[in-house]
Amino acid sequence: MAIDFGYNIHRDRQIDYDSLSRDLLEKVQKAEPSIKACISCGTCAATCSAAQFTDFSLRKLILLTRRGYTKDMNNMVHKCMLCGKCQIICPMGVNTRNLVLTLQHFTDTI
Amino acid sequence: MSKFDWFVMPFTLGLAFLVIVLLVKYYNWIKQLPLSEKFKVKKGVFTLKSVKATWEVFMECLLHRKIFRVNPLLGYMHTSLAFGWFLLIAVGNLESRVFYEGHMSPPYIPIFFRFFNPHPTDFHYERGFSFVMDLILVIVLSGVALAWIKRMYSKMFGMKKTTQLQWGDKLALSALWFIFPLRFLAESFTSAFYGGGSFLTANAGHIIGNLFPTMNLSYPLWWAYSTALGLFFVALPFSRYMHIPTEILLIFLKNYGVKEKKHLTSFSKVEISTCSRCGICIDTCQLASSANIKGVQSVYKLQNIRYGITNNEQTLNCLMCGRCDNVCPVGIDIKNIRQSNRYSEALKFPNKKPIFNYIPNIYTSKTEVLYFAGCMTHLQPGIKKSMVKILDTANVSYKFMDEDKSICCGRPLMLSGKKQQALEMVEKNKNIIIESGAKILVTSCPICYKVFKEEYDLSVEVLHHSEYLLRLAEEKRIELSRLNLRATYHDPCELGRGSGIYEQPRKLLNKTLKLTQIKSEKDNALCCGGSLANLKISMQDRQKISADTIKTLTAQNPDAIITSCPLCKKTFSQKADVQVLDIAEIVAKSLVINEPIKKQIKETAKETVIEEV
Repeated sequence: MAIDFGYNIHRDRQIDYDSLSRDLLEKVQKAEPSIKACISCGTCAATCSAAQFTDFSLRKLILLTRRGYTKDMNNMVHKCMLCGKCQIICPMGVNTRNLVLTLQHFTDTI
Repeated sequence: MSKFDWFVMPFTLGLAFLVIVLLVKYYNWIKQLPLSEKFKVKKGVFTLKSVKATWEVFMECLLHRKIFRVNPLLGYMHTSLAFGWFLLIAVGNLESRVFYEGHMSPPYIPIFFRFFNPHPTDFHYERGFSFVMDLILVIVLSGVALAWIKRMYSKMFGMKKTTQLQWGDKLALSALWFIFPLRFLAESFTSAFYGGGSFLTANAGHIIGNLFPTMNLSYPLWWAYSTALGLFFVALPFSRYMHIPTEILLIFLKNYGVKEKKHLTSFSKVEISTCSRCGICIDTCQLASSANIKGVQSVYKLQNIRYGITNNEQTLNCLMCGRCDNVCPVGIDIKNIRQSNRYSEALKFPNKKPIFNYIPNIYTSKTEVLYFAGCMTHLQPGIKKSMVKILDTANVSYKFMDEDKSICCGRPLMLSGKKQQALEMVEKNKNIIIESGAKILVTSCPICYKVFKEEYDLSVEVLHHSEYLLRLAEEKRIELSRLNLRATYHDPCELGRGSGIYEQPRKLLNKTLKLTQIKSEKDNALCCGGSLANLKISMQDRQKISADTIKTLTAQNPDAIITSCPLCKKTFSQKADVQVLDIAEIVAKSLVINEPIKKQIKETAKETVIEEV
């Protein structure tokens, strides 16, 4: 019988840049360079107003963009309320709201 | 004595062109006004409002009272040019009317009176008229000289930066610069040959007469004067000088009560054309003065809206603090135009389906007072705790609307232009407010306060916590003790210039401590730099702005900076050396508690029901 430890083993996953494109990341970095400063600490996810209700966080958005999961990012990016809490507490000074707007813009113009 | 010469043609054609263009523009603007605004105009035309508007046109368009307040020298420059030119035309008309004994004459006669009548010996009032005309010309020429100097040394006029000009402006500006010197030369050369004129043109004519005793050289100068005038009139509708005729229309429309709507209307077009690109808004903009960000200021933004150029950086790199609204000499409602422009920019990418349906329906049990902290307040728990303490002490029957899970008020989305998306959240929040049956909605965040008041269309009374706490204190539901604290009060942009609440927080604070006066306060208050409206500015630039603002606030070494906005508090506390407190925290500190607090916050939270979707 399986014991519930409260967590399980993740399936092995590779990020294959041959099949995933980093084009979007490069475009976003040009439009909002402060994305480079993100250290994925997760403070934004902890304070996020939208995350209280649904599967959304800026940290996830940035990770998805960096890894080239553009489609997953597109599905998530419009959930943002743009309230700006993440911007105020971000320890690296990422201009989070413009980052989300930029990502939304690229999603809209695909 | 002929009444025509070919040299008047450039002037006459230019004037005809200008009049036709203006009439077409005025007609279109008034025709395209929204119906409700048109009704206001119809109602107001035959009332005292028109008289008041005429007086205002005189005070503002001719005397430039508001520019005098900015800087006397700059004011004199404008007055001497505008009012002087007006007098030249008016007195010139009077002169020719008297001279021709009341007969109507073509419009160019008063302008070129000296050409047609260089030295009318039989004219009884000649000496008087030419003295007055020379006097006015001296005044106008002094204005032109100041304008030349201003282009080179703008600091003398209290302006650190002036606007960069476009080609249309440059053409009109050059023409304007030469009109009056050319008039002076033409009249002087005429006087040199024929005599006549007064202290200015007669004496100048005397000198010229000595140099060229036998020749009449005035004719080409009259051509040049007429051409300069004609050129100016043709360039005017395409340049910033369009503000001269448009301001008259704007003053009338404003007096009839026409206002900006939540989208760009033809009234916005009138306002945009009224911008004279004087550049007074550049110096007042903190982006320019603290962070050295150029090219985004309202003068350039309005210019680009007028010529239909979109510039994303310009649209979103603005704190929307409203400081430029406050100093604009023609009183353009810049903030609302910028907001409408953001809406129309974002509408280029409309949302196809609703996106906030992941938010569940939330219900709060029935209550009298509903307290909405706001997202920013959640990052400043001190404010929340203080509010709960005060409300409990005052024994208010209240519910904490967003204690557990908060939905954003929607204003941040609106500020980014996404109104359609924001309205989804507005609906969600509105439901909670209406369902709670509350009579008063209290919020701690000026950003939320403004949107609740302006976009929610609520029948509930909306109060900012500084207003509500003042009410509690005045109704003696809370008792405040004196604190030994010297403090300065910082007016948040959204609460002060945004919603016009200046006195209530001061009245409340004066009950418990002594406020020190500072240089920039009330409608002249500085922005903290944290503004959610600016989407482009970097963290470093934000900090430069807040550092400068803190410097102004702490000029008299207060013990604390008090504000009534959680965002301002957060922004300041990252940089300030003194403590930064919210007005609610001050009230909570000075609160006299006679009986133990009955209710605890936890109980109220449990009464909020969240339906999962």
